[in-house]
Amino acid sequence: MSDGLTMLFGLFVLLGAVGAAAALTWFERRLLGIWQDRYGPNRLGPFGSGQVLADMLKLLTKHDWVPPFADKLVFIFAPTAIVVAMLLGFAVVPFSSSLYIIDLNIGLLFFLGMTSLAVYSVLLGGLASNNKYALLGGLRSAAQMVSYEVFMGLSLIGVVMLTGSFSMRDIVEAQRDGWYCISQFLGLCVFIVAGIAESHRLPFDLPEAEHELTAGFHTEYGGMKFAMFMLGEYLGLMLICCMIVTLFFGGWLGPILPAVVWFVIKVFVLICFFILLRAAIPRPRYDQLMSLGWKYMLPLTLINLVVTGAVALSLAEV
Amino acid sequence: MFEAVFSQFRSIWRILGHSFSRAETVQYPEQKPYLAPRYRGRIVLTLDPDGEERCVACNLCAVACPVDCIALQQGVREDGRWYPEFFRINFSRCIMCGMCEEACPTYAIQLTPDFEMCEYQRQSMVYEKEHLQIAGTGKYPDYNFYRVSGLKIAGKDKGEALNEASPIDIRSLMP
Repeated sequence: MSDGLTMLFGLFVLLGAVGAAAALTWFERRLLGIWQDRYGPNRLGPFGSGQVLADMLKLLTKHDWVPPFADKLVFIFAPTAIVVAMLLGFAVVPFSSSLYIIDLNIGLLFFLGMTSLAVYSVLLGGLASNNKYALLGGLRSAAQMVSYEVFMGLSLIGVVMLTGSFSMRDIVEAQRDGWYCISQFLGLCVFIVAGIAESHRLPFDLPEAEHELTAGFHTEYGGMKFAMFMLGEYLGLMLICCMIVTLFFGGWLGPILPAVVWFVIKVFVLICFFILLRAAIPRPRYDQLMSLGWKYMLPLTLINLVVTGAVALSLAEV
Repeated sequence: MFEAVFSQFRSIWRILGHSFSRAETVQYPEQKPYLAPRYRGRIVLTLDPDGEERCVACNLCAVACPVDCIALQQGVREDGRWYPEFFRINFSRCIMCGMCEEACPTYAIQLTPDFEMCEYQRQSMVYEKEHLQIAGTGKYPDYNFYRVSGLKIAGKDKGEALNEASPIDIRSLMP
């Protein structure tokens, strides 16, 4: 694509992602409603989709308040960081073989880097609020993200080994013979768990944990700044789903239908699965989360890494 | 560990099964829930079967009321009947506990299955006697206090009530 077209497409992705995140707030509530034997928002507009507009209006017109005891600069900076980081992450997502913003040869590392940057948002938000609940939320998120980041990266090394490239397009092209969700099943499982923890959604939303920490790191946030945090969370969810599809479910590959349609369908199904997880699984205790990470997930990842390495090596020698 | 993982997957599967079950929600304003006749809602004052006021202004309801939301003043009619000169219930205080209904000796005050009584102004929640009075007998169609009580009113002397013996002449020794 030419530079102008790429820029246009980038703008389209930017607006599309933000719009989709807004729509996702409504969609998630409807879906949770179905699984909890109720309706969810169904009053405003067709199927209650006007709820998105109503929520947005409400958040936009709310008093944009900074508590007097907070660290003002950091307090305002924190919510923007997560949105910016997550939106930058979308830059390396290949929507089809020709539809992408940029094809970095370190695309995967860029994605990992951007999701790591999002940690700062939660951490700084919790720290700058100068509130003990927010601080506890920030503390938890720091511990959670640092420990889950370790094997989030490691679980993807198997994919990289099989492909021999960090480029997202190469990874998808390498899955023409078979999706990595079969050969890298352990990696997929670990990555899904780490992905949920990374986007701190239920069941791993310990930084928020509304029943013990009021609202965790965004206790002091309201109005648009709160909306930015929520936007970041939903963008993170979509980004993780895009990545799982790209890395393990063959990205845009699929018969008959156009490539982009396949990609969107796969991401949509995966988002539904993530919402199902939220509806079904309770939140673990903080220490359970840590022991799950270090005692089970890390060894599983290492086993996956060693076996994949051995297989890849033996195949290469033949 | 395996048991824990298995139970997680089982609960995910079960929740997925709920995609096909019907929602329990009662969509309230369009779809009204069934309320039993004994539901404790808006308070009314009823009439006896002859169309006379049941309330004798005994003040028992006001005494029983835990939030003191009932106020009334007793008066006596020319025919000897007692009646409330005014009867006021402040519904912004009322907790719909039904104590007044239980205390009432004449079945005058009754709670109804109506709870939709929202107002924009608090003063509108104060109901006077003309707002409380209804034209019927409510939940007890046959009861008439004056027919069974010993009180003398016009048209019914002492000893003429149902199941009531004639008064004893205390100055006589005759059986």
